[in-house]
Amino acid sequence: MTDAMPAGDRKPLAPPVDESGVIGWARKNLFSSWGNGITTVVLIVGVVWILNWFLEWALFTANFTASTGSECRGGGACWALIREKFRYIFFGSFPYEQHWRPLFAVIAMLAMLVLSADRRMWNWRLLVIWGVGSFITFILMFGQIHIPLSLILFVALVGGVIGLTLRSALAAPSERMAYYALIGIGAVGLVLRIVGILPKWSIAIAPLSYVETSLWGGLPVTLILATYGLAFAFPYGILLALGRRSNLPLIKGLCVGFIELIRGVPLISLLIMASVMLPLFLPSGTTIDKFLRAQVAVILFAGAYIAEVIRGGLQSLPKGQFEAADAMGLNYAQKTLLIILPQALRVVIPPLINTFIGFFKDTSLVLIIGIFDFLNTANQALVDPNWAGFPGEVYLFAAFVYFIFCYSMSRYSKYLEVELNKGTRR
Amino acid sequence: MAVESLGSVPRVKVAPWNDPVIRGWVFQIVVVGLVGFLAWYLVSNTIENLQRQKIASGFHYLEREAGFEIGDTMIEYSPASTYARAIWVGILNTLRVAVLGILLSTLLGTVIGVGRLSPNWLLSRICGWYVEAFRNVPLLLWLFLFYKLISEAFPGPRQAISMLWNSVFLSNRGVYFPVPMADPIHKWMGVAFLIGIAGTWMLARWGRKRQETTGQPFPIISAGLGILIGLPALVWLAGGAPHHMSWPELKGFNFTGGTVIQPEFTALLVGLVLYTSAFVAEIVRSGILALHKGQSEAAAALGLSRGQSMRLVLLPQALRVIVPPMTSQYLNITKNSSLAIAIGYPDLVASINVTINQTGQAIENILIIMAAYLSVSLSISAFMNWYNKRIALRER
Repeated sequence: MTDAMPAGDRKPLAPPVDESGVIGWARKNLFSSWGNGITTVVLIVGVVWILNWFLEWALFTANFTASTGSECRGGGACWALIREKFRYIFFGSFPYEQHWRPLFAVIAMLAMLVLSADRRMWNWRLLVIWGVGSFITFILMFGQIHIPLSLILFVALVGGVIGLTLRSALAAPSERMAYYALIGIGAVGLVLRIVGILPKWSIAIAPLSYVETSLWGGLPVTLILATYGLAFAFPYGILLALGRRSNLPLIKGLCVGFIELIRGVPLISLLIMASVMLPLFLPSGTTIDKFLRAQVAVILFAGAYIAEVIRGGLQSLPKGQFEAADAMGLNYAQKTLLIILPQALRVVIPPLINTFIGFFKDTSLVLIIGIFDFLNTANQALVDPNWAGFPGEVYLFAAFVYFIFCYSMSRYSKYLEVELNKGTRR
Repeated sequence: MAVESLGSVPRVKVAPWNDPVIRGWVFQIVVVGLVGFLAWYLVSNTIENLQRQKIASGFHYLEREAGFEIGDTMIEYSPASTYARAIWVGILNTLRVAVLGILLSTLLGTVIGVGRLSPNWLLSRICGWYVEAFRNVPLLLWLFLFYKLISEAFPGPRQAISMLWNSVFLSNRGVYFPVPMADPIHKWMGVAFLIGIAGTWMLARWGRKRQETTGQPFPIISAGLGILIGLPALVWLAGGAPHHMSWPELKGFNFTGGTVIQPEFTALLVGLVLYTSAFVAEIVRSGILALHKGQSEAAAALGLSRGQSMRLVLLPQALRVIVPPMTSQYLNITKNSSLAIAIGYPDLVASINVTINQTGQAIENILIIMAAYLSVSLSISAFMNWYNKRIALRER
């Protein structure tokens, strides 16, 4: 068509559109064509309309000072309800005058999480931080902790085994003797305890008044379930992922079966199972705390998902890494701990954080088995007949808190992705 | 020494505790033994506990009368029906939410994912806010919010908002709208619709073959829609066009006649779709971004409009990246529909939960839940894997 036009009839092209400045930017990004222009205008009208309505409701006609629900009626949002109830929403039915304890527990956990986010801390310091932080958290929440003898023996056994595996080639003879001693004490002690020769005995640490878990509620519960769920599920998930990649058929079958079974059913059904069936599984007379049951369900659930994430990391490693490790004559434990896992985990840190965001949100499901997590305490705040009828305000407030946590984690995951890829980027 | 047999490496003598094969078996036997011991311990405790609590075992309870109401049923059900029937009602309700949720969230998610890549800054920003807002807040919270808004912000049946000349009513009891009275012709219309599906499929095959041989495209979408709607309509006309409708009417405290979409169902579906579509949007966006830039440039160079290049060039290729993660979103929507129990929609978990509380037979019921969800999950992933294989890049 235009090719046939003689050269003399060609019109000079229009000068290029100015793309600098506010007007240029708007022309390029908002009004580049007719369709775009119409879309922009419609969207602006829509956004202004919604914002106008929302600000009118949430700010200009809102009530911040009412002392009962009936004073709030008629106008816009009733933020006075949040002002009245925020301590219950954050800490549940924890004794009112002791609210400083869950507050500091939350601060301790947040400090732990923030410190773990710093890459300079990714070494033995992390273990110290988590040890001290967890101790502070639980002593604040419980008020008194009874550390049973069997737990101490178990820790000795596990510590000895881990130390021996990690340092088997490097340890000095005296150090190795210490690990053997730990394993020996742990194993013998546990056997004696199970047989019943060692008495049931525990160390009690009690600086504060005891608060049982059924009184816990709000943000600390959500944080504990999510954080410790992940902390325990992480090593468990690594074992499952290694088992799934193993060439020992029985081990592989067990791991595949467990992962697929857990991933195939909803978390709710696991929670219901934990709350109904766990008591059936144990010898009659033993009772397990409801909170602990939920925590167990969350750990099992998280373990299966983390295993799949880590499997992705293991699969992304080139075969040469495994072969090189074999060629060096390393045994399985050395190969896995020194060569394979560090690389695989580095790859999967960003998806792991996304999994963590998912679990942080999923802990809200524990309200179905009657645990007062943050969403449940928000829900309970609506039940008060004096303040009935303002669901929007409470849920928006709760959504805002969840949003802050999840959004900052997802930002951190994006930052880390860039940060960790610095070495491989050209 | 002389080599006696070429090809067979002489077996190096090692101590049995250093032989990897023997060590592997020992390790396996130890682990399986531990797991087996744990299982035996749990099972024996369970049996003892069940005997002590005098709970019968086995699935005989399924034939007993359930005795509880279910608010929203797709099939005939009354409290006099059996537990098996109640559980079946729950399964159907779960499937209904899952299927509708998958369809709607795929549509909405694709629109938002494509919108995020729009050259229009405002549109892409709004789509981005949507994704962040829904991804970073628990689904359960959205469900509560929508449910409370529907049940508290909408008026009661007496002050129901009427729409479309008094035929559709919005109230806190749900949305009431008219439906045609049952008529024998409906069955035949259904048959005609099934024939229409088969016809469309055949037409699509013929159209593709024609395009391959002659290069002439065939308007399969409009023709297919014509067949799917036209055939049942023809049957309806041939049957004398019965048009008696059942209209919703306010009688006493609630509506009678017509049909109703329950507020629980609405809240669950809306919440699931809005939440999942945010994840779907991210998958669609990353799928399109994974394509080489040359693809969209080539499409533009061919003179395709933005819509055409998206529909004919980009999305079909992006599907290869999109389908595998999409499968897990579909599984998630199915599993997340179990949150229905929190807002009182009677899905599978809700039915089972009542059954556990009434019969005390936790183990059998948990087995049913697991079996039901596993078979649904496996069917979805089998279908998606088949589809994935079909669209996968065929390389020689």
